[in-house]
Amino acid sequence: MNILDFTLSSLGRRKGKNLALVTVYTFVIFLLASVLFFTHSIKKEASLILQGAPEMTVQRLVAGRQDLIPNHYIDSIRRIRGVQSVAPRLWGYYYDALSGTNFTLMANPDLKDCVGEIIIGSGVSWRSGTGKGKKAIRKNDIIPFKTYDGSVLTLKVKGILSFSSQLVTTDLILVSETDFRKIFAISHDHATDLVLKVRNAKELATIAAKITQRHPDTRPILREEILRTYDAVFDWRGGMIILVLSGAIFAFIILAWDKATGLSGEEKREIGILKAIGWETSDILLMKFWEGATLSLAAFFMGTFLAYLHIFLSSAILFEPVLKGWSVIYPHFRLTPYINAYQIATLFFLTVIPYTVATIVPSWRSATVDPDSVMRM
Amino acid sequence: MIHLQDIRKVFNGGKPNEFVAIKGVTLTIDSHGATALKGPSGSGKTTLLSMLGCMARPTSGRITLNEREITSLPERFLTEIRRETFGFMFQQFNLIKGITALENVMIPAYPKGEKHAALKKRAMDLLGLLNLADKALSKVEWLSGGEAQRVTIARALINNPPIIIADEPTAHLDTRLSMELIDIMRHFKKNGKTLLVASHDPLVYESDVIDRIVDMRDGKVVSSGDVP
Repeated sequence: MNILDFTLSSLGRRKGKNLALVTVYTFVIFLLASVLFFTHSIKKEASLILQGAPEMTVQRLVAGRQDLIPNHYIDSIRRIRGVQSVAPRLWGYYYDALSGTNFTLMANPDLKDCVGEIIIGSGVSWRSGTGKGKKAIRKNDIIPFKTYDGSVLTLKVKGILSFSSQLVTTDLILVSETDFRKIFAISHDHATDLVLKVRNAKELATIAAKITQRHPDTRPILREEILRTYDAVFDWRGGMIILVLSGAIFAFIILAWDKATGLSGEEKREIGILKAIGWETSDILLMKFWEGATLSLAAFFMGTFLAYLHIFLSSAILFEPVLKGWSVIYPHFRLTPYINAYQIATLFFLTVIPYTVATIVPSWRSATVDPDSVMRM
Repeated sequence: MIHLQDIRKVFNGGKPNEFVAIKGVTLTIDSHGATALKGPSGSGKTTLLSMLGCMARPTSGRITLNEREITSLPERFLTEIRRETFGFMFQQFNLIKGITALENVMIPAYPKGEKHAALKKRAMDLLGLLNLADKALSKVEWLSGGEAQRVTIARALINNPPIIIADEPTAHLDTRLSMELIDIMRHFKKNGKTLLVASHDPLVYESDVIDRIVDMRDGKVVSSGDVP
């Protein structure tokens, strides 16, 4: 305990060196933890969205681009063995010139009898409600929509969505099928895409093959494929940011390593004195262990805490342009904090432990010198 | 009692820059007295003192401390003997900068795991004894030469060792402060401590506190005898 006390007071003596070390080290951990938190949370959000997504979506392609799908495809697909149900979906993007944002508009079967009414995501009300004196959108407010021919269709807010994932709902506006077709002039015999339920998930690939056989102009997309794409995209982005930052991180690590592992003449002299007045090599190593552990733990906690604030409270302000860049993702959403204990443990073992060991080794070399060297100083 | 039997100390043995610092010294140092090692620079005083204080091992020969052979003991045991038996006063004071005088005094006792409060009280008592109570919380770099010297004395006494080893203790002190130090040494001796002092300062080895003078030159004991 006395050795720990002495270690803590020793840290205060080399304020400049230790402060520089903690700052650099905190920064490196902050960067690494930010990337970890961000990729993990965004992947988690993506998987949340897909949990409720259909097992298979069928799109129609015209000249390699997605086009509206004729409703008569539904019957022919439903007849394929193993298909439980087929439902048409109507959805698209709506650009709101007032707030300068894209919203996702989706026809919801539950609103079939509520023509003229909409349910909006929390981001929609928040977004339109900020700046330039615009009032926040509340229930029963009337929102004007510009239709395909320039005329205005006013819809009343029936309710506001609250989902566990903001990524799902921030920019979402649910409308009735009738209103959707009015805004975008989509005829009643077409839909945006079709969603399928199948009886046995193992048959998905066979069913997809049969669909493309019957309708060569379609493209079936499986939920697992989307999930894999999301994972690959975010892993790739995370990897890219690490690569971009690796130069800076390495420079900082080398600086910190140099500072931490190089003992100054003063420190060597102190080790000599401690040995001469009766400290054992193990006592000195214990002191140096506490010193390294205190510094690296402080940096670890500060770096992780700052990364948490950065990712979950400031919406990853530093990484936003690189990591998001996903046109569907609403520009101002806040990630729900998901932290993986395994990742934190990995970060801990890759940062705190090597640092602590690195600081002990040079001290061990100094601590094994004969104590009489101090008599000749 | 410390007995040295045919002690040799060779630095850089077998290399072109080999240097024999101590050349076959046999010496007995009795308890409860003050012994001065005197001689010019390079005569081997400090080397002999460091071997007497278990800081270094002789290249050959045997050292016994109270009939116990200590030359072949492992490092860990030597450290324990050093901590329990000897209190050191170094020529350059060797205080740890940036911490208070009180902490400097307490440091040798930290590895013993003693209760902090008890240790602090003992250190404060020692500083009080040396008229340094009001400087206890001052950082050591703010102290004068004489005050720093007294902090090293308090540090040497914190584990209550029976033997005090002092290497050129007056090297950085003026005459008045040197006389004060000799007074303190006299006080130690009165309290039953054994004093081992290496010095080429006549103020020290000619003072009445010294019982025995060991005269050294070129790594050998030239003469050794009790002060009349």
